[in-house]
Amino acid sequence: MKKFLAGVTALAATAMMAAAPTPSAAQSKTITLCWAAWDPANALVELSKDFTTKTGIGMKFEFVPWPNFADRMLNELNSKGKLCDLLIGDSQWIGGSAENGHYVKLNDFFGKEGIKMEDFAPATVYAYSTWPKGTPNYWALPAMGDANGWFYRKDWFEKPELKKEFKDKYGFELAPPKTQTELQKIAEFFQGRTVDGQKVYGAAIFTERGSEGITMGATSSLYPFGFKYEKTPGKYDMEGAVNSADAVKGLEFYKSLYKCCTPPGYTDSYMGEGLDAFKSGQVAMMMNWFAFMPGMAKDEKVGAKTGFFVNPGEKVAASTLGGQGISVVSYSPNRDEALAYIKWFANPDVQKKWWSLGGYSCHNSVLNDPSFKTSQPFAAQFLEAMGGVQDFWQEPAYASLLQAMQKRLHDYVVADKGTAKEALDGLIKDWTETFKEEGKL
Amino acid sequence: MNARSSTAHSVVEPSLTSRRVASVLVIVYAFVTLIPLFWIFATGFKTPPDSISYPPKVIFEPSLEGYCNLFTTRTRQTSEYIAQLGPPEGICDEVTRRREMVIAGTSNYAPRFINSVIIAFGSTFLSVFLGVMAAYGFSRFKVPLKDDLLFFILSTRMMPPIAVAIPIYLMYRELGLSDTKLGMILLYTAVNVSLAVWLLKGFIDEIPREYEEAAMIDGYTRLQAFRKVVLPQATTGIAATAIFCLIFAWNEYAFAVLLTSGDAQTAPPFIPTIIGEGGMDWPAVGAGTTLFLIPIFIFTILLRKHLLRGITFGAVRK
Amino acid sequence: MSKLNEIADRAAGATPPSLAGAVRGLSDKSIAWIFIAPTIILLLAINIFPLIWTIYLSLTNYRANRPNAELKFVGTEHYEKILTNPDIWAAMQSTAHFVVWTIVLQTVIGFTLAWLVDRKFRGHGFWTTVILLPMMLSPAVVGNFWKFLYQPQIGLFNYIISFFTGAEPSSFEMLGSVQLAPWAIVIVDTWMWTPYVMLICLAGLRSIPDYIYEAAEVDRASNWRQFWSITIPMCLPFIMLAVLFRGIENFKMFDMVNLLTGGGPGSTTEVASITLKREAFEKWRTGFSSAFAIILFVTVFGLANIYVKALNKVKSR
Repeated sequence: MKKFLAGVTALAATAMMAAAPTPSAAQSKTITLCWAAWDPANALVELSKDFTTKTGIGMKFEFVPWPNFADRMLNELNSKGKLCDLLIGDSQWIGGSAENGHYVKLNDFFGKEGIKMEDFAPATVYAYSTWPKGTPNYWALPAMGDANGWFYRKDWFEKPELKKEFKDKYGFELAPPKTQTELQKIAEFFQGRTVDGQKVYGAAIFTERGSEGITMGATSSLYPFGFKYEKTPGKYDMEGAVNSADAVKGLEFYKSLYKCCTPPGYTDSYMGEGLDAFKSGQVAMMMNWFAFMPGMAKDEKVGAKTGFFVNPGEKVAASTLGGQGISVVSYSPNRDEALAYIKWFANPDVQKKWWSLGGYSCHNSVLNDPSFKTSQPFAAQFLEAMGGVQDFWQEPAYASLLQAMQKRLHDYVVADKGTAKEALDGLIKDWTETFKEEGKL
Repeated sequence: MNARSSTAHSVVEPSLTSRRVASVLVIVYAFVTLIPLFWIFATGFKTPPDSISYPPKVIFEPSLEGYCNLFTTRTRQTSEYIAQLGPPEGICDEVTRRREMVIAGTSNYAPRFINSVIIAFGSTFLSVFLGVMAAYGFSRFKVPLKDDLLFFILSTRMMPPIAVAIPIYLMYRELGLSDTKLGMILLYTAVNVSLAVWLLKGFIDEIPREYEEAAMIDGYTRLQAFRKVVLPQATTGIAATAIFCLIFAWNEYAFAVLLTSGDAQTAPPFIPTIIGEGGMDWPAVGAGTTLFLIPIFIFTILLRKHLLRGITFGAVRK
Repeated sequence: MSKLNEIADRAAGATPPSLAGAVRGLSDKSIAWIFIAPTIILLLAINIFPLIWTIYLSLTNYRANRPNAELKFVGTEHYEKILTNPDIWAAMQSTAHFVVWTIVLQTVIGFTLAWLVDRKFRGHGFWTTVILLPMMLSPAVVGNFWKFLYQPQIGLFNYIISFFTGAEPSSFEMLGSVQLAPWAIVIVDTWMWTPYVMLICLAGLRSIPDYIYEAAEVDRASNWRQFWSITIPMCLPFIMLAVLFRGIENFKMFDMVNLLTGGGPGSTTEVASITLKREAFEKWRTGFSSAFAIILFVTVFGLANIYVKALNKVKSR
């Protein structure tokens, strides 16, 4: 208690210091980079120190938690804000940001500086940089590769008594699942069981309503079951694709996974809630982004006991795409400094260090390195997952499309409204209306 | 409701029993209502594991980790790296290292708090300044369409803030006022001035006109009379109005979250985004909330007497 | 307090002397306009002009995230879409549930509390101030913290309920269950704003002159009768005023609910302002949401006007 009181004084001093603007050393200029507040962002802070040392340009960071990130940053872009010079924006924003002039087109700059897009993994260039999709019009440099994957408790999976009981009950080995159905069996097996004296649950999955959570979670089941956005790409013919029999099965599956195997109160949870549940030893498996794996592997409590696996397939192998490219905001008054950062970041050595600090480089020199697969316990899985990623619409109207999906999915999965078929039919209705407003239908 | 109480006591003087029962019930209610506030305060002094322990911990060893986390950003390091560092500087350094992390810099809480102070006080000053003039005008002079104008001023408060924010967003974007303190001060002033006019008109109405008239007979001009006679008399009213404007601007969320993102962002949209590794950092949220609420506690106590008038737009006076 | 005096002083000294000199010879009428005009101009610029702009936008297909797209007039199409959209009606229903139940609970509890405080027991002034604290706080910050209190496993609320009922704390989810979530937001609002209603009711109780009760005593009217024929009718204008203010505020409700449930689960607690925010600032359908904003404004304005007429009738009785 004495220490505690002494601390109050020290704290007051810290607060005062925090309040006073810290005079920057002889730095010519400072630029601000905006991203989501998560583990890789801390790694980027560490990495960027080299940039400041090398160029003398100071770096400031504005990190916003994921549930608020899209809202806040799209608002910022649409209001032509000058807060961010560099923005690591989500892959789906690229259509709108390119068409509305929020991002600087980087083709000329890449040409001038000799930055070649062929040096980056094709899937990441397609997803994070190009608009219109697949054309050589670049609006970002692939910065952070990511996909939705799974974390599991290796120590629990390896307990002989559990292994035996599982085999007897389900007829296959208790090991990282090969299919979605197996995944549910395993989750069911752990749900409500007492392990190491604590009551545990099957799986933590995404059910968040406000931003993108439940869409990212449910698509991780929908894609493997055979869900497609369109029958013919680029034609917006969603009838029979979005609500195909496979898609309906996939969505029903996700709901049954939610109903049977999640911890209590998992009605509005996303990355953070999942991490909390997993780190506190509440769940046997957790769906979450690859971005969190480096941090989890180092976690003091569960790091050594954690294994990783790629999102299991069902009809097809597929993972939900995450990840972002880094763009220069066109309203920034510090365009040259921001471009200098991108030039520096594209350097293979920087990319190598980026991977070693816990960022997912998309650079071929890193990914194709023979030692890459064994450099981390999740490196091989990362390559496998990135080979089969699918992304949400990247249309300029992506926010409307996403909001509609969030609502339809949450209404069906969490709020128990209607059937899976009705939810997907409703989704087609909403999406059709949006595309009509856009003049695309 | 028995015969005894109705004969032995006048209604104005409630019986002893009824007073006792009433006091017990009110105090019980007060305690129940304080539980969430106490919990906010207590959570600020817990460690992150204590804050999410099950069952919730009522008795715990106080820690400053929440306050440290509130003001700093931290990065995870290996234990070898931490071991080779020098002795910790101050308590925050110490608690951070215990979690195998090092302090990487200051968080945005302090700047956001300062934004709150600047925007709340700036808009309060402006609204009271405009309000006192307009209130005097409405109180003392014949203004054509006076009732309509007064009602018009009031009706601006009936718009849902999100609805107001749509055109303001577009307007500020054109004028370059997005995410600026000036923009927020003007907006809050516009919202608050209606309250200021209504409240101050009530207070000024109560100052007898004879005072000014006497002063004007002594050779004061109308403006001098306003400054030297009316304003000193209205000091209490001005103070009360100022605090109500301040409370609105201090607590406002909807405009702040839609129209600011960094430079002018206030504390209310910032506090819900305080996260630790993984989910919410509840001790830091508790700490940030506690610090943010303290000014309001003080104002509430200062304001006791004028509370009623302020919250009802002057419609009810005690 | 010194800060406030300072503000007052500065406000007092803020009329520039040159202006004072210039208007020395001016009529009262000119001074009146000089005093009132700045306020009116500010309100015109930041309230009325935007309102008119909103009406204009509501008739177009404008989207704030496509400033350069071609602007088309769509007439009343948005209004028709809104009034026939089941999702919008669902949002209006959620709003109505929230508004009605918060008013009912706050009026009943608030009036009871006021009546108890009016027993004037020792220390009633202090306890009244304590009770008032929740309503002075920021609804956003409060909503955010209640989310923590409502956590099924670690939250205090579930724990306290389970302590008294014996039910397992994690057996119910205040924010996640379709049945409970609408009540979860009502509970928080009631916790925050009951003191507000109490305060107004208290003013009502105190406004009743003693001689009326004394006259009733002489007539040997029972306490029960006195309560129903004196206390309630005399307080009614005050109660109605409290209902008016709470009604308007909760119809506009955004911050607390947005942070507590974000409209979920599904769309169970999606009150009108949250729908409006999603349309305007997430989907960026500016024209559509402008029309919705106008509809909401007309609704509040219309209901409030009708209500004020009724209130005046009660007052003049």
